Amino acid sequence: MHELSIATSIVKTAEKEVQDNGGEQVLEIFLEIGKLSGVELQSLYFIWELCTNETVLHYSKLTITEPEGIAQCAECETEFALEKIYDSCPKCNSPFKNIISGKELKIKKLIIN
Amino acid sequence: MCVTCGCSSDENEVKIIKVDAKIVQHSHLHNHGNGPHEHNHSHDHDHEHHHHNHNHNHIKEIDLEKNILHKNDLLAERNKGYFEAKNIFAINLVSSPGSGKTSLLERTIADLKNEISFTVIEGDQQTTNDADRIAALEVPVIQINTGKGCHLDSEMISKAVKQLSPKDGSLMMIENVGNLVCPAMFDLGENIRVVIISITEGEDKPIKYPDMFYGSQICVINKIDLLPYLKFDMEKLKDYAKKVNPNLIFFEVSAYTGEGMESWYNFLRKSLKK
Repeated sequence: MHELSIATSIVKTAEKEVQDNGGEQVLEIFLEIGKLSGVELQSLYFIWELCTNETVLHYSKLTITEPEGIAQCAECETEFALEKIYDSCPKCNSPFKNIISGKELKIKKLIIN
Repeated sequence: MCVTCGCSSDENEVKIIKVDAKIVQHSHLHNHGNGPHEHNHSHDHDHEHHHHNHNHNHIKEIDLEKNILHKNDLLAERNKGYFEAKNIFAINLVSSPGSGKTSLLERTIADLKNEISFTVIEGDQQTTNDADRIAALEVPVIQINTGKGCHLDSEMISKAVKQLSPKDGSLMMIENVGNLVCPAMFDLGENIRVVIISITEGEDKPIKYPDMFYGSQICVINKIDLLPYLKFDMEKLKDYAKKVNPNLIFFEVSAYTGEGMESWYNFLRKSLKK
């Protein structure tokens, strides 16, 4: 249940940003959590309310975008959709690749007042 | 319940316990959710004054673009710098519970402690059982009890390391909480991550829990003394693991009989010299 750590890290960052910017609360928060990031969104939603209760995120609207996994083959440079982290290149079957999208774990934007 | 600040939240309490052959000291960290906190909680008490009354509407958009785990990553970098400055080689040992991490450590330390100085950090949700086993070998060890936490993080390591003050040029063994999922996301500042799998777990662990194998550089396959008794295909396991991480280096060992341990030891000796 590392989603708990994820949620509490988000709360800590949001509290600091609100404080640094002289705000009161977060109205909206935008997260980017890639499909290969290892975070279960269902679990994150499940504990979100619990973790944000009585924090600056208590009433904020949560928007999560989920970038798809994309890799580039290290041998033939083909770009391909990576559904599982262990997918090999569909063209040359090489397991060597660079993941270019899908591992994101980011707070993109906060709207505070 | 913490004596220092009077905080009584039991939830997810983290304890760092120095285990000594003779003395057992206590020191703790605690938190309200996850990871040790730093006594700087800003529970915006002003929220009690109804802010809607103020009627000011300063809406501000902050383009943060910040990694969610940036605090962990930042502290991991600091740990890394500390290890580098002291010429310490740090290994993060990860696996599912019961794969033999502690047995591997015990055997390794017992066989090498005359030539290598070890420092050990043990991570478990509860008990000092593992640290007690290591303390019996008379090497410095600290037990981190993560409470409800399912992984070690870089802040726990930073605090534990301060208490341990490891020797220059030593080998730091960090035994993570037995869990093939969560520890994968948390960089501790280690030099390498070693995933241990025992042959009783089946060949397909690497593709069932790919993140852990993807993030590790070394794979130690333990309990090979049981090969004659199991239906287990070593090549199949390696194929699966290499599919996830083609750069993975394997060691086949039995921490129980000692078979295959010498090449693992040579790897440790070589890593320490670098």
